[in-house]
Amino acid sequence: MKNTRGVVIGASAVVVTAVFFLVPFVFILLIASKDRVESSLLQFSWPKHFVLFQNITEAFAARDYLMVIAFINSLILTVVSVAALVILSAMVAYVWQRRGGRSSGLVNVLVLAGLIVPPAIVPTIFVLQKVGLFKTMPGLILIEIAFGLPFCILLFRAFIASVPRELDEAAVVDGANPVQIFFRVIFPVLRSVIMTVIILQTVAIYNDFQNPLYFLPGTQNATIQVTLLNFQSQFTSQYNLLFATILLVTIPPLIMFIFFNRKIVEGMAAGSVKG
Amino acid sequence: MASTLSTSEATRLAPAARGTQGLRRKRSGPYPFWFYLVPGLIYAVFFLLPTFSSFYYSFTRWDLFTSRWIGLDNYRTFFAEQALVIGLRNTLIYAVLTSGVKVVLGMALALLLTSKIIARGYLRSVIFFPVLVSTIGVGLTFTVLLNPERGLVNQALGAVGVAGPGWLTNPSLAIVSIALVDIWKGVGLATVIYIAGLVSIPQEYYEAAEVDGASRWDVIRNIMLPLAKPATVSVITLSLIGGLRSFELIWTMTKGGPGFASDVIASVIYKQYQAGFYGLSTAGSVVLFLLVTLLVVPLQWWLNRTEAD
Repeated sequence: MKNTRGVVIGASAVVVTAVFFLVPFVFILLIASKDRVESSLLQFSWPKHFVLFQNITEAFAARDYLMVIAFINSLILTVVSVAALVILSAMVAYVWQRRGGRSSGLVNVLVLAGLIVPPAIVPTIFVLQKVGLFKTMPGLILIEIAFGLPFCILLFRAFIASVPRELDEAAVVDGANPVQIFFRVIFPVLRSVIMTVIILQTVAIYNDFQNPLYFLPGTQNATIQVTLLNFQSQFTSQYNLLFATILLVTIPPLIMFIFFNRKIVEGMAAGSVKG
Repeated sequence: MASTLSTSEATRLAPAARGTQGLRRKRSGPYPFWFYLVPGLIYAVFFLLPTFSSFYYSFTRWDLFTSRWIGLDNYRTFFAEQALVIGLRNTLIYAVLTSGVKVVLGMALALLLTSKIIARGYLRSVIFFPVLVSTIGVGLTFTVLLNPERGLVNQALGAVGVAGPGWLTNPSLAIVSIALVDIWKGVGLATVIYIAGLVSIPQEYYEAAEVDGASRWDVIRNIMLPLAKPATVSVITLSLIGGLRSFELIWTMTKGGPGFASDVIASVIYKQYQAGFYGLSTAGSVVLFLLVTLLVVPLQWWLNRTEAD
């Protein structure tokens, strides 16, 4: 009897979630597959002419392949920022966790402040201008690193606490210097949490809109999220192309989710409880 | 500071001193402070410096080249102009609404997904996936779905005889509609946090409850809810911080409109920045900073204090 209840409740939950969570995604796919006239009716119906692939090609080619440039920009931003975040925050978390003492209190305050305090936009732009990095990719990368450090450091610190100190001490006895100890002994042990940080930060930075909007304006520079919003005004009467773009932008997170489902869910749950 | 550390360092490094090259490394140890150097510099220049200087610039008329001290004028403008006061009010509505619903709905979904039902893996995936999707994509899609005449939502409501409202065009409804989309996108995160919290409750509690003949509802109320408190604290804190800062969804769906009806502090900051009122925009940043700090820090303290009881 208990089992039938589980089946009934589960089945009704499947139906309800399908309506609320799947319909919007199917809608994206349907509109992206219609021709221009039919898509403007915004109906949830099977396309009369299925032109998804033409739409995707057309969206890619729009405005001299602007979307290709935008994807490349997003790729550079994400890869460089995430790589730097992994190395830098692991180094901080390692020294922070191992040392303790008064300095660790200061790091603690700075990390918590970074998690809570919203960045002050115009003064940040001012600083970027002063160092000559406003409207440049390196500038935006440094911003993403600065804003992402606190969360990554916390994730690494929690993991490093479970790495036995004997490991570093044995390396010291073997005559390794701090850099060797960290990169040859500690870093490889962190593999699992490194994967978590990479996945979570890749999703976060790839999806980031606000920072690229403020710190890297301009059409040629724009990341894919900013370009997507710009397309809204350009494709006002071409919903098929707009939704083809939304579809393309959604594919990278979908691939991440298919491959790393468990890792993402665990990492996000763990990261938020510690944060 | 270096001198206070040196004693503990010396004891910790005792094995190192016995090593062949131990003496040379005795001063910095295997955990050197210079590991902080590069990240610390990036953080100081691009986060701390702007944050601290924002307090000064919020009291000035500022064009990024020269700044003139004008005292509290920016703040007076901020709290005198109707549009900006609406932004402040909407920010609070949005943050409280999204975090409140995420707590209740996240908890309910987590209870459902940890009970003995079929298709749990599928359900968890489908609820969680929107968390990973681009906010801009979600915003654009729902702007179309919520279209008053042609949108799918109102057509579906019309099919069952309900006249759907102008979700994003009605000034008194717009901010609530965007908050609902935010909940749609974010409830999956709240759910997985709660699932992690519920799963970590030791099995003995359930066994004891079973011995005592407790009903499912007793177990939920007296075991699961209280013991999932750390998860509740996380969900509230996260969604409150996120809700107070929220910008992307609002900017995508209404740009703060109609009029200023769905403006929040973050969108006001952007609009003032675009208009070239840098001092005023920075005052907005300071207001947001104060709002987040004054709400989240005491709340955290209070939640964690009662947790210790």
